[in-house]
Amino acid sequence: MPIRKVMKANEAAAWAAKLAKPKVIAAFPITPSTLVPEKISEFVADGELDAEFIKVESEHSAISACVGASAAGVRTFTATASQGLALMHEILFIAAGMRLPIVIAVGNRALSAPINIWNDWQDTISERDTGWLQFYAENNQEALDLILIAFKVAEDERVLLPAMVGFDAFILTHTVEPVEIPDQELVDEFLGEYVPKHAYLDPSKPITQGTLAFPAHYMEARYTVWEANENAKKVIDEVFAEFEKRFGRKYQKIEEYRTDDAEIIFVTMGSLAGTVKEYVDMLREKGVKVGVAKITVYRPFPTEEVRELAKKAKVLALLEKNVTFSIGGALFQDFSRALINEKEKPVIVDFILGLGGRDVTFKDLDEALGIAQKALAGEEFDEVNWIGLRKEIL
Amino acid sequence: MAVRKPPITTREYWAPGHAACAGCGCAAALRLATKAFSEAMEEKYGDPNAFAIAQATGCMEVVSAVFPYTAWKAPWVHVAFENAAAVASGVEAAWKKVGRKGKILAIGGDGGTADIGMQALSGMLERWHNVVYLMYDNEAYMNTGIQRSSSTPYGAWTTTSPPGKYSIGEDKPKKWVALIAAAHQIPYVATASVANPYDYIRKMKKAAKIDGPAFIQVQCTCVPGWRAPPEKSIEITRLAIETGVWPLFEIENGDFHNIKIQAPGGGAKVKREGGRVVAIEFKKPIEEYLKLQGRFKHLFKQPEAIDQLREQIKAMWKTLGVEVTLPKPEE
Repeated sequence: MPIRKVMKANEAAAWAAKLAKPKVIAAFPITPSTLVPEKISEFVADGELDAEFIKVESEHSAISACVGASAAGVRTFTATASQGLALMHEILFIAAGMRLPIVIAVGNRALSAPINIWNDWQDTISERDTGWLQFYAENNQEALDLILIAFKVAEDERVLLPAMVGFDAFILTHTVEPVEIPDQELVDEFLGEYVPKHAYLDPSKPITQGTLAFPAHYMEARYTVWEANENAKKVIDEVFAEFEKRFGRKYQKIEEYRTDDAEIIFVTMGSLAGTVKEYVDMLREKGVKVGVAKITVYRPFPTEEVRELAKKAKVLALLEKNVTFSIGGALFQDFSRALINEKEKPVIVDFILGLGGRDVTFKDLDEALGIAQKALAGEEFDEVNWIGLRKEIL
Repeated sequence: MAVRKPPITTREYWAPGHAACAGCGCAAALRLATKAFSEAMEEKYGDPNAFAIAQATGCMEVVSAVFPYTAWKAPWVHVAFENAAAVASGVEAAWKKVGRKGKILAIGGDGGTADIGMQALSGMLERWHNVVYLMYDNEAYMNTGIQRSSSTPYGAWTTTSPPGKYSIGEDKPKKWVALIAAAHQIPYVATASVANPYDYIRKMKKAAKIDGPAFIQVQCTCVPGWRAPPEKSIEITRLAIETGVWPLFEIENGDFHNIKIQAPGGGAKVKREGGRVVAIEFKKPIEEYLKLQGRFKHLFKQPEAIDQLREQIKAMWKTLGVEVTLPKPEE
């Protein structure tokens, strides 16, 4: 029987790792994710997880050791955030290019400068072009579930890409919620043992991994990463369906909430989706036609789902805790790309908010709604809007 | 008729067909290293193939693993420039977990070890991974076209340490990574040379058989980088030993009081006290080593720079506990 425990998202991530039974974990402490390797080291110390836990000297070496272990053919896991993920940046490309299904749990945190340990999504968003799959959790249960799902998708032979699962710093990493821990037996059936056919370091079958490619081959290698990302779209749907069948919790690349007759749909990710759902409930009581779409899978980008979503609304209001300078948020680019050739498309209004742990309040959402309503009424509006900015200190 | 046993296995792991320059000392270093490793694995585990290689970016990686070809007959992985030690840590952990017997060989050049890879190396040694780290020291960033590293010796020309009106060439003494590695108190640290293959093979085998981390720094020539004729590679590295430029030593368990020094040859007089080498009187001046290489050509116009180098070499030997006499060439 599954057990329910009250825990932080960091603990949920550690539990997910325990259930997935990785053989090698290499990690370096960083706020707000430190509890993940701490908890895992306890599991290992108590013999509850039979794994090698490498206490590396940096995040760069954490991911490098994961690449080495994964290249040797075993399931690997690590956790990090912010600067730590940025320090891994170079090797993230390599892990994807070498097609190694490593999974990272990321406590989504802002990047320096100024140094800031609180939540936004700039760390993982900045890694969107590395080839890694990206999942975002709304709550602690999702943090656990999505890590298991990430392993399953990453290791699928049609995919073979690394994956990262993001959950918001402090809002989730340090907040306790009831989480259902699935049965080990069921997880074993769901994940199976990882048996690589493409990456192993076996003296009886020597292979060379991580070669140099001249211009004659480089592009094709990169294309296979593209292709694997495309393949992942279908695989993710299959894995979500299987997960629901086995564990009873339903996941979708884009989860819609009260969107059916909505004129304005807020689009967001992570824990902010929970806040916006509450906000929408409140507005609905007042008769305002609004809904929420939560992006659970950000890479591969769910283009088809976005196109379907776009048919439902006159205005898409994107709420983003990240910035692409001179553009807006990353989602703004992604949504624009998905919709640019559609015959009929909604207006897209972009909102930058909640950076570096700034609370996103209903008052902030009121401000965003006001601008979205202007756009709905055909009035002039700014495509990119910074919400909750303290103009008096600028 | 008796057939003489070859001095090292005829098995090859660094296969012919790699793209290293003619006369490349480092290619010889890697070939011998893998052969020695194989013998050690055979003796220790009964399986000559019980090893895998994690290699840093560098010339030896670039010349050996160009898709769709490979010169490697052992399981081999390359990830990036600075992380061979960290990658090897991961491979070793995975092998341990799946119960695979054998040892990991990590390979990096001087740039990937002494500079950008120093942190990962220190981490790997400190965590006591069962890995032999081989630093092939050709004394500059040769893969990117001869730029100085912290392992480049004083006075050497490189493209980023050019001699000029205000420059002698490289203006810092060579960084001795072997001594830094030994400070981790790991079981075994040694320097070696391709000009002394028997000593090199012995050290590599010893390192490979140890349970725990080991570090070997092998000097090897770079034909274009040292501006030296390809056929002189071994002669030059031998002169490095015989003139005192390249010490051959072993340090076990970080015991700096009992450094084992290998005799340099070349007529050098070695003085021992209680079995320990305490002084060496070299007979060949370092000029004999320097003059065969274009990278030191400009020093001969400034003999005081060569004297400066002599002083640095003496200081390095002093760290090893040996007083050396380095002769000047006869006028």
